[in-house]
Amino acid sequence: MQKDAIRDKVAITGVGCCRFGENWDQSPSDMIVDAAYEAYADAGIDEPQKQIDAVFTGSIYSNKGPHECSDALKLFGKPVTMVSNYCATGTDAIRCGVLAIAAGLYDTVLVVGYDKPKDRGVSGPTVMMDRVRDLPQTPAGWFALCAATYFDKYGAGREDLARIAVKNHHNGTLAPNSFLKREITVEDALNGRMISWPFGLYDCAAQTDGAAAAILTRADLAPKDAVRVKGVTVIAGPNPQKDPGNDFLSWKPTGWAAADVYAQAGVDDPAKQIDVAQVHDCFTLTELLTYEDLGFIEKGSAKEHIADGRFELTGELPVNTDGGLKSFGHPTGATGVRMIYENVLQLRGDAGPRQVPAPGIALSHNIGGHPTACGIAILGKS
Amino acid sequence: MAGIVSYGAYVPPTRLGFSVIGGGRPKDGGPERAVAWNDEDAVTMAVTAGVNCLRGHDRAAVDGVLFASTTHPFREKQGAALIAKALDLRRDVRTADLAGSVRAGTDALRAAFDTVAAGSAQRVLVIASDARPGAPGSGLERAFGDGAAAFLVGATDAIAEDEGGFAFSDEIVDVWRGAGDAFVHSWEERFVVQEGYTPGIVEAVQGLLAKLGVGVGDFHRVALYAPDARSHGGAARALGIDPGNLVDPLFGRLGNAGVAFAPLLLVSALETAKAGERILVANHGDGGEAFALSTAAPIEKLESRRGVAWHLERRRAVQRYDRYLKARNLQAAEYDAGTGPGLSATVHFRERDDEIAFKAQQCGQCGALQFPAQRVCETCHAKDDFGLVRLSDQVGAVVTYTFDHFFPTPDPPTIVTITDIGGARVHLQLVNLAPDQVRIGMPVEFEFRRIHQVGGRPNYYWKGVPLAQ
Repeated sequence: MQKDAIRDKVAITGVGCCRFGENWDQSPSDMIVDAAYEAYADAGIDEPQKQIDAVFTGSIYSNKGPHECSDALKLFGKPVTMVSNYCATGTDAIRCGVLAIAAGLYDTVLVVGYDKPKDRGVSGPTVMMDRVRDLPQTPAGWFALCAATYFDKYGAGREDLARIAVKNHHNGTLAPNSFLKREITVEDALNGRMISWPFGLYDCAAQTDGAAAAILTRADLAPKDAVRVKGVTVIAGPNPQKDPGNDFLSWKPTGWAAADVYAQAGVDDPAKQIDVAQVHDCFTLTELLTYEDLGFIEKGSAKEHIADGRFELTGELPVNTDGGLKSFGHPTGATGVRMIYENVLQLRGDAGPRQVPAPGIALSHNIGGHPTACGIAILGKS
Repeated sequence: MAGIVSYGAYVPPTRLGFSVIGGGRPKDGGPERAVAWNDEDAVTMAVTAGVNCLRGHDRAAVDGVLFASTTHPFREKQGAALIAKALDLRRDVRTADLAGSVRAGTDALRAAFDTVAAGSAQRVLVIASDARPGAPGSGLERAFGDGAAAFLVGATDAIAEDEGGFAFSDEIVDVWRGAGDAFVHSWEERFVVQEGYTPGIVEAVQGLLAKLGVGVGDFHRVALYAPDARSHGGAARALGIDPGNLVDPLFGRLGNAGVAFAPLLLVSALETAKAGERILVANHGDGGEAFALSTAAPIEKLESRRGVAWHLERRRAVQRYDRYLKARNLQAAEYDAGTGPGLSATVHFRERDDEIAFKAQQCGQCGALQFPAQRVCETCHAKDDFGLVRLSDQVGAVVTYTFDHFFPTPDPPTIVTITDIGGARVHLQLVNLAPDQVRIGMPVEFEFRRIHQVGGRPNYYWKGVPLAQ
């Protein structure tokens, strides 16, 4: 890839995010309308049918294709594409929008991520029995596989994970659209019912309904102080469960995606240069490993930094300032776009009680599948 | 002259103590029975017994498979063909199922002897396996046990040679299970024993003795089928058998294993027999039969097998009766996983080598093993250049693990591992141990098990078990 092909070519001029939670009384199109119209208003778009040139939409549970979004918003006669990449869907949809503008095809693109897992009538993990191999098949079971090996090698334990849950629960109380607004203690987290060792209830993000949207536009057509995209990538990796020689101490796609996006954005010292980050805390251990795999800290050192509060709102590198997947909620297709929403607010200084002091560079990270794909976006102010 | 070349067995490690039946606590050293657990059935036990029988023998030399059971989970879909695939035998084997009576196990052995003696095959694998359902709280629940025995029958190198048999047929309604019945039925016990079993087993043995011109005293070991311990003793007395020559019928340790019962007692006899001994085996059900074997020199050279004694030592006691009820599907559930067409037959067809025969691919260019087979090598990216390698008889090592609390099982959590088998990494459940016994690096071997019953039929795959010490 041409490393300079994206940086500063695309601006994000509007963002929107509906309430995340058990949205029993909202259809997918209700949520899409809420998020998209908030983004239109934020970007000053009052004639979307004229002003939006193309749409990228992301959802993994919908079986209705891009029509679900174009029909909700009455955006016809223009390209509407649905993106599907498990938990990396949101960042991937953003990436598609960025590529289309950077390539010179469009001036203004709408990206909408959404999902309604709560319509399936399932609380907690679904028990899938569609095959005989690789059962039980649960994300908690896949993402837990680094625990035994990481704990064994680096002396970490459930308490270190619990601190991450406590942090994200706290941050969620400060985000108006979050699903959970409830402080917890380390003891609450350790005593929660077991899901897939070492993950108890409080180590796992709940799947929720929700939608988030972003308006992307050519940087030269946007206001001078608009947030810009410095880099965005999505990288595919092997299934770690069958990858020969995998050490189960990190998830490879994160490291690969970080190297790519840092090269695009001109970041060579992420610990110093990244001011705020939203990372994929589908499970507490995923967030812990991500601190290391994004190069914020040395491999194996997470427990010390967690204990020091480095990643708290008041710390040197706040992570998951709006509560993350854990507290904000996790509608799979929407999550990557919700992270963009939060990072844009942070960069503008509009994050209220969650505001990080004067951030210049913000990073968002999604990882999904077994995990087999990682998407990262880096935003900044000129 | 045909004979037994090798043998093996499988007895489930799970043991249901009689004190636990009905809701009590386990009693150390008390009487118990072996019970196939929620991921086991007549087919899975047969595969493991077959593996144990074929250890040290060339699988490609097997010409036929006879599978005997009254509890094969399919009324139409051959057990022997499925077992042949799981054992990775040649495609051109002769396969057949025998069913319908507890006599089917010895029927199969007689048929194998006759086939080999006639020259129609060189080596025939006989497997008898049963997990008969006794109604909760019934005497049959207590008397039954689950297990499988396997024999490799051949014309050369026999450890025990067939001396001939005698059989008769009898029409009687004593013990039966109709096509739609959940449980085995038995008429009043005194009738079953006095009019069915005792005269029947006596007729079988005396018929054999007359045919061969010998007496009971000419046999070093006598293996007798019986419905329970008391009738076993009664039959032995009626036949004038010296108690010291009786093969222990294992009531209170294993139980009456249906078609596998007499075969398991035969395995038990072979395990300790020396050359030059005579063994009598008698079976009863819808008639009766008896046959004689004489052990030969090769029996003393046969390396020790996983037979009855090996399995009896390996026990995991059921702690609660409701766990057993759940394992054997004897409790009602809200949503039955049974309805619907089940797993895709076309996907199963494409994946039989992966899932039933448990074979990995070996890259023809770099030699790396990978599972499941795919067209491009994960290590060196060579395309369409690989052979298949059997994983089921290898030893693997646990790389990492987790414990899942949601997958349906009578005793959560489910231990899930990534296991390294010769460099191939496989996602496998691990059973026969408690979660706190799992260790990174621990060696494991593999057993064929039932994963679930989606579509109202058993769906099979492999699981890891700790490597036997």
